[in-house]
Order: sequence, then structure tokens, then C-alpha cells
Amino acid sequence: MAAGVIGAFTAVLRRELRLAARARAEWLMPPLFFVIVVTLFGLGAKPNDPLLADFAPAILWVGALLAALLTLERLFRADYEDGTLEQIFIAPAPAIAAIAAKLSAHWLLTGLPLALLAAPLAAALGFPSAALPALTAGLALGTPVLSLIGGFAAALTVGLPRAGVLLPLLVLPLVTPIVIFGAGAARAAQSGLPADAPLYFLAAVLVLGLTLLPWATTAALRNAFE
Amino acid sequence: MWTWFHRLASPPTFYRLADRLVPWLGLLAAGLLGYGIFGGLLLAPADYQQGDAFRIIYVHVPAAALSLSVYVLMAAAGAVAVIWRIKLAECVLVAAAPIGASFTALALVTGMLWGKPMWGAYWVWDARLTSELILLFLYAGVIGLNQAIEEPRAAARACGLLALIGVINVPIVHYSVEWWNSLHQGSTILKLGRPNMSADMARPLYAALLGTYCFFGVALLRRVQNELLLRERGTAWVKEQLRSAHV
Amino acid sequence: MSLIAVENLAVARGGRTLLRGLDLAVQAGEVLHLRGGNGAGKTSLLEVLCGLRVPLEGAFRQRPEPQALHWLGHKNALNLALTPLENLGFWCGLNSVAEDALLPVLQRLGIERLRHRPCRTLSAGQKRRCALARLLLAPRPLWLLDEPLDGLDAQGLGLFAQLLAEHLGRGGAAIVTSHQPLPPGVPGVREWQLA
Repeated sequence: MAAGVIGAFTAVLRRELRLAARARAEWLMPPLFFVIVVTLFGLGAKPNDPLLADFAPAILWVGALLAALLTLERLFRADYEDGTLEQIFIAPAPAIAAIAAKLSAHWLLTGLPLALLAAPLAAALGFPSAALPALTAGLALGTPVLSLIGGFAAALTVGLPRAGVLLPLLVLPLVTPIVIFGAGAARAAQSGLPADAPLYFLAAVLVLGLTLLPWATTAALRNAFE
Repeated sequence: MWTWFHRLASPPTFYRLADRLVPWLGLLAAGLLGYGIFGGLLLAPADYQQGDAFRIIYVHVPAAALSLSVYVLMAAAGAVAVIWRIKLAECVLVAAAPIGASFTALALVTGMLWGKPMWGAYWVWDARLTSELILLFLYAGVIGLNQAIEEPRAAARACGLLALIGVINVPIVHYSVEWWNSLHQGSTILKLGRPNMSADMARPLYAALLGTYCFFGVALLRRVQNELLLRERGTAWVKEQLRSAHV
Repeated sequence: MSLIAVENLAVARGGRTLLRGLDLAVQAGEVLHLRGGNGAGKTSLLEVLCGLRVPLEGAFRQRPEPQALHWLGHKNALNLALTPLENLGFWCGLNSVAEDALLPVLQRLGIERLRHRPCRTLSAGQKRRCALARLLLAPRPLWLLDEPLDGLDAQGLGLFAQLLAEHLGRGGAAIVTSHQPLPPGVPGVREWQLA
């Protein structure tokens, strides 16, 4: 059985990466969107406003969150519509292996680039370079939770003709702790305080999310067949 | 025990039981709320610091308590609906959401009104006010999801899953917001041992609190009854019920 | 011995009960051809039998293991951006099935020349053949097929009949929905009209 689980996980992961390689524009959209949002914040403020550095944690976190939302709607939609999801649920390996692979792929293709992009963007906003590790660590711990919660919300709305506005409505209240702790870690580091407390909280939330959300997502997808 | 549970969960049995419960609960709610409001607004002495402004707690505290309790109830009903697929639990979940959202909105509005004289602004980024706002969004998500999915049973189970994840999230949100910032005054009645509220202020508050729970019971039972009629339309017991009600 | 058996099954979809009190059993070497108008509940019944949908009432007397059944929905489960080879290779990985059989199977279904073309460029019948290829990639005794003849040309129908006959000859069984009669050459067909 274990071999079946690993086989299903790698099969789905390989397929997701292959699909991403075939539709590159789609996965370049979130990082590009992230850059644009941050640029617009810069343009909305006074030129070289030093206050931007103070707001950098909030700007970067909200930007990353909104960028991660962009690709969510399509996460399960295509597989639901073309019947692949049925094959995943019929297969002998537990469906959660395949679902976990899809969530991992979403993080690899959306969350990870955003986390890596945050440091240069933060520097552009005048964020102190000594605090960059805390910011990046926060995003590295927080973006997987965004993928998990986002995947759960996408699974709840997979059968709907248009998830549209509903998806952010479901995701945003659930991710508030992530934004608070993530931006909090960056702010703490920015003012020279230790950032480990909020980072530990982020890690705890990530562990909790990893334990619960793949199951909840699988249940939500199964529910969509009825 | 289980057979009793199953009989209670059967729509016609529950429908008739609700019919019998509603008048008593309603009476109880009216009495308790009447005393709570009267006692709170007229009998209780004014607060030595806050003057008469504190009297909003007779609405604010019950509404805030209900906003959380209803969400927990929704999550419990959601668990039953998701695991055992019991129709009654689906109805309870779906019926409770708008009531809970209303209490949350009421708690927010009264909190803001109270905040104006106390903090000098309608909105401050205080821990409990902020978590209450996020709770309102969580309710909005459940209501929106339920309305978006056409198949009612699938919609209720999806809402159940959402409420379950949401209820785990509520304490995390609360804690994170508290960590983030706190201006709110400490909890007044839940401090056991050393109550910092005089008895003639507290008695109407407890009455209003209990009365609001009873009122919620009435509203919930009536809404669940409507859900049941809607979902079971076409079955024999609904037709009989409607015939006996001369509809 | 029956490969699948249910009793007193009730199937609902969208809050409406479509079928009630259904007893059904399929023996090795038998094809059950489900017929009925649109909305009679054929697809919902198949979804219950393959385990995708929970029945309203009733129980399985004999429930096939996931390794023992093939499900072919009316959707082909092909990603249009991927080629037939990639789509079927993914299915093999998902089911922990060796990929060696891929090429011979594609040859058997007459689509080996298309194997490197993205599925979006294939015709409806060619995509249906790709989906049918899964039936041969792993030998499984029970086939549950929803409108398998959709889009197939005359030659495809003959091929399908051949594959089904061979499957039955090896002791397999199938439950098939189809609006058109099954092509000639399939032995042991039992028709079942759903009200």
C-alpha cells in the first residue's frame, strides 16, 4: 500500500509540473502580479517615502496573499471538469496522496517563488536588510499554509460554475493568523526585536494545517461528486 | 441511547418536538429578556466610571456570547453532518448560520457604539473587536457557500467542513489578534472568584444572557422546521403536516 | 460467483430520488446493459456502484476492491494539454501499474500514431479510444462504462465489441450504459430497463 501512495503522489506531482511547464504564462502570473502590487504601493506613496519601509511587512504579506489567490480557482477545476478527479478517487491508492501532491505542487509553483521574491521587493521598499531573514522565513512558513487553506477553499467551490468572489471570502478570514504572525515577525525584526515567537507560531500553524487540511480538502472534493 | 438519538433525528419527530418546545422557550425568553432589559436599563445603578454608557453590555455581552456559541454549535452540527450524514444536523447548521451572523453583527455594532464614549473612536484595532469582525467574515463564508452550491445536502456538508476548519481557526485568530494588540478591557463576568461587578448590575446581565440563549433556541427551532419542510417537501409527513395546518 | 451485488439500493441526485429498491448482481462472463431515458439515473447508479457516490439506502452484498474495477465515466479524464502517452502514463503511475503495456495497447486501439499529439488536437472518437485504452492497461475483472460508444466510428464499435468479448472470455464482467444497442459480437448481454 505504501508503494501505491508514493506512486500516486509522484505521478500527480510530475503531471502538475509538466502541465506548469506547458502553460508557463499561467504560473508566471502570480510573481508578476506581486511585483506590480508592490510597485503600485511605491507609486501611491511620496517618492522614496521612508514610511514605506514601515509598511513593507503589511504590503508584502497582502501582496503575496492576493497573488497566491490568483491560481487557486484553477487548482482542482480542470481535473474536476475533465474527469481526472474521478480517476483519482477510484484509484486503489488513497486519494489524499494525490490531493497532497496537488497542494505541494501549488506551493512549489506559487508560494515558493513569492517567498523568494519578497526579499528583493522588500529591499526596494527600503526594508532593513538585517530583517530580511525574518521576513523570508515567515513567508517560507506561511505560504504553505496559504496553499493548504486555499486548496481547501478551492475544493469546497470546485463544483460551482464560477467560484469568483466566494473563494477570497472563504480564504481571507482563515488566513488572518498567518498574516498577523508573518508580518509580525518581519516587524519585530525590523525594530530589532527577536522574531522567533511569531515564527514558532507560524510553524505551529503550519504543522496543524498539514495535519488537518489535506484530509478536509479530500473530503470536500469527494463531497463535490454528489 | 442510539435508537433514541436516531428517532430524535428523524425529521417528523423533531418537527413535532420543536412545535411543543417553542412556546415554552419563547415564554422563558420573553420573561428573562424583559427582566434583563428592565433591570439593566432602569434598576441597575450607573457605573461610577462609565456612567450610563455601560448599560449597552446588556445587549453587547449576550450578543457576543451567542456569536461564539452559535459558531461552535454550527461546527458540532457540521461534524455530525459530515461524519454521519444526518439530515437534521445539516438543517441545524444551515439554519443557525444567519442567526449567528446577526448576533455577530449586533455585537460588533454595540461594541463600536460603546467604543465611541470609552475609547473616543468607533473603531479601534482591539483584539476582541477584530476577532469578532473576522468571525463575521467566517459566517459570511458559510452563508455564501451554502447559497452557491445548488444541491442542498452537498451544500450543507461543504458548509460543515468549512465550519469545522473555521472553529479550529477561531481560537488561533483570537490568540493571534490578542498577541498583536490588546486595548479591550478585561472580561467582566467570566472572572470566577472575584467578580468585579456589583450584584444588582450582574443579575440582569445573567438574565439577559440566558434570555438571549432561549431566544436563539426559538429562532433556531423555527428555522430548522422551515428547512425540514423545504427539504422534505413531497414526503408523506410534510403533506400531512401542511394539511393539519390548513395550508 | 457475482463480481458485484447490491440490494435494496436507492439512488438520489440533486435531492431527487431516482431509483429505489434496486437489486442487482453481475456474474463473471456477463454484460449488463443499462437502458433508460435521460435522467433515469443510469450515470448516478454507475457512480454509486464504482464508489464515487454514496447510496441513499441499500448495501453492497459483494463490493469489488478498487484494484478490481475499471471506471470509464462519460468524461474521458484526459488533460487536453497533455499527449495520450502522458495522460495514460499518469494513470499508470496513479494506479501503480507498469507502463510497459502502453505502446501495445495504443496500437491495439489504433491510436499509436497520435501518441505525441496534445489531446486537444484529437477528435471526440480518438479521445474516447484513449480513455478506453485504460481498460487494457491493467487487467481488472469488472468494467463500469458510462456511454463508452460515444463518438466511436464503425471501426471503433467493432473494436470495442472485440475487446469486450475478450474480456468476458477471460471471466470478466461489465456494466454498460448506452443509448444505442451494443455492437454485435458481444455474448452474454442482459438488458435492464431503468424506469
